[in-house]
Amino acid sequence: MSMRSPIGRVLGLGAAKEGVSHWWAQRVTSVALVLLGLWFVSALLRMPTFSHEFVVAWIAVPLNSVLLLLLIGTSVYHSQLGVQVVVEDYVTHHGLKIVTMLLITFAHVAVAALASFAVLRIAFGGAG
Amino acid sequence: MALSILHRVMGCALSVGLLLFTYWLVAAATGKAEYETARAFFGHALVRVLLIGFSFAFFYHLLNGVRHLTWDTGHGLERKAARLSGWVAFLGALATTALFWSFIFLRSGGAA
Repeated sequence: MSMRSPIGRVLGLGAAKEGVSHWWAQRVTSVALVLLGLWFVSALLRMPTFSHEFVVAWIAVPLNSVLLLLLIGTSVYHSQLGVQVVVEDYVTHHGLKIVTMLLITFAHVAVAALASFAVLRIAFGGAG
Repeated sequence: MALSILHRVMGCALSVGLLLFTYWLVAAATGKAEYETARAFFGHALVRVLLIGFSFAFFYHLLNGVRHLTWDTGHGLERKAARLSGWVAFLGALATTALFWSFIFLRSGGAA
């Protein structure tokens, strides 16, 4: 049994039942993605070629590996938050909404795992 | 303004674009042969058009995202200012996309 009073449980939570945490996370990831996004675009422009040798060597540079991992994590999280709002707004059937969100969450986690593993494999020299 | 829905549409497009980004990374990590397959895929004319579309979505969502963040601070909400910044984001994204691809094509002669 919770020791919190009923008023303590609901204060600040609002209609979304989670307060401003979703809104705030969306903003924090936005600001991070402005920086990480500009870094990635400038990196693409500075690549003399997109050959396998060059791209693998570039990803293996520690700073690039770390920034790529941050870019993957942040963009996937930001995408999950954004798509969630779209689903909440346009999918009206409750059951369908739950199933859609479940599938979207699975897809996002899978993308994050795949992309991160690819970067780590290259970073630790596992890719030929 | 009619352009406001574009932020969401472009955001959703970028979620799909994440799949291509992941494919590129996974192909690079798998090996040279798989990477060359991916490179041929990304070099296909239709996919190239798609990539240009994704890059526009990226630049638009980025610029318009900064516009939204500015609104969150309480600035730029007046009708005139909001309309102007909307056009700056849209036209800025068009210009940035054109610049980005002209750099890529000039650098590699299109054989990216």
